[in-house]
Amino acid sequence: MADPMRIRAQMAGDKATVRVLMNHEMETGLRRDPAGKAIPAWFIQDVSAQHNGKPILTAQWGASISKNPFLQFSVKGAKAGDRIAVTWKDNKGDTRTDEATVS
Amino acid sequence: MLNRRTLLTHSTKVAALLASAGLLPQFAHAAYNAAAFEMKTMAELVKLLGGSAPIESKDVTITGPDIAENGAVVPVGASTALPGVKRLLILVEKNPSVLSAAFDVSDSVDASFTTRVKMGQSSNVYAVAMMGDGKVLFAQKEVKVTLGGCGG
Repeated sequence: MADPMRIRAQMAGDKATVRVLMNHEMETGLRRDPAGKAIPAWFIQDVSAQHNGKPILTAQWGASISKNPFLQFSVKGAKAGDRIAVTWKDNKGDTRTDEATVS
Repeated sequence: MLNRRTLLTHSTKVAALLASAGLLPQFAHAAYNAAAFEMKTMAELVKLLGGSAPIESKDVTITGPDIAENGAVVPVGASTALPGVKRLLILVEKNPSVLSAAFDVSDSVDASFTTRVKMGQSSNVYAVAMMGDGKVLFAQKEVKVTLGGCGG
């Protein structure tokens, strides 16, 4: 559906800092094309993350999150080698999951 | 493993998430609350989400640039070190929809999130912490935008 997310998860002390760059247009639905027709809203609504399969984060986004969304968060109790998975789902029902290993 | 998806209207009750491809985790948290993203002010948003009147607090932090060159991509962060926070919200006061993002805080993550938002014009940006006891605390910062970020 979309290009893969770039996920970087690095230990910082006893937590892992996770940075995610997602590929998505995040269209607000407020823009108009050159003909004056509104470009339909198309944006990520739900984001979730798992640490070694365990859910650790859910978030709900609106259309005002920037195109190609960036997200940074910090996971407690992580260690090198752990798996971090991030999933997004948009208003059209498309979804994508990518994974990274904590370094 | 099928979970039934229930649409939230004006309620803060939890709903089960649909795991369509088994990819979505089973969360006892809300399905997408579209109504929240239609709210125009912090006060009505917080009321919809079941919080009490928001109180400004030094224990909540909103980070962002003083001046954003490009309103399409404004880095903002919301955080708090307070225990017992359930949700962290990022709001842009003068956007058509005041709520940009709502993060559900679990015990496994810090209550600290950074993302990038679109700002249509110079505006206050808020970090709102909804606590487990119903209290709502916020911090605000003015972000000036030199080029509005909603295109068109």
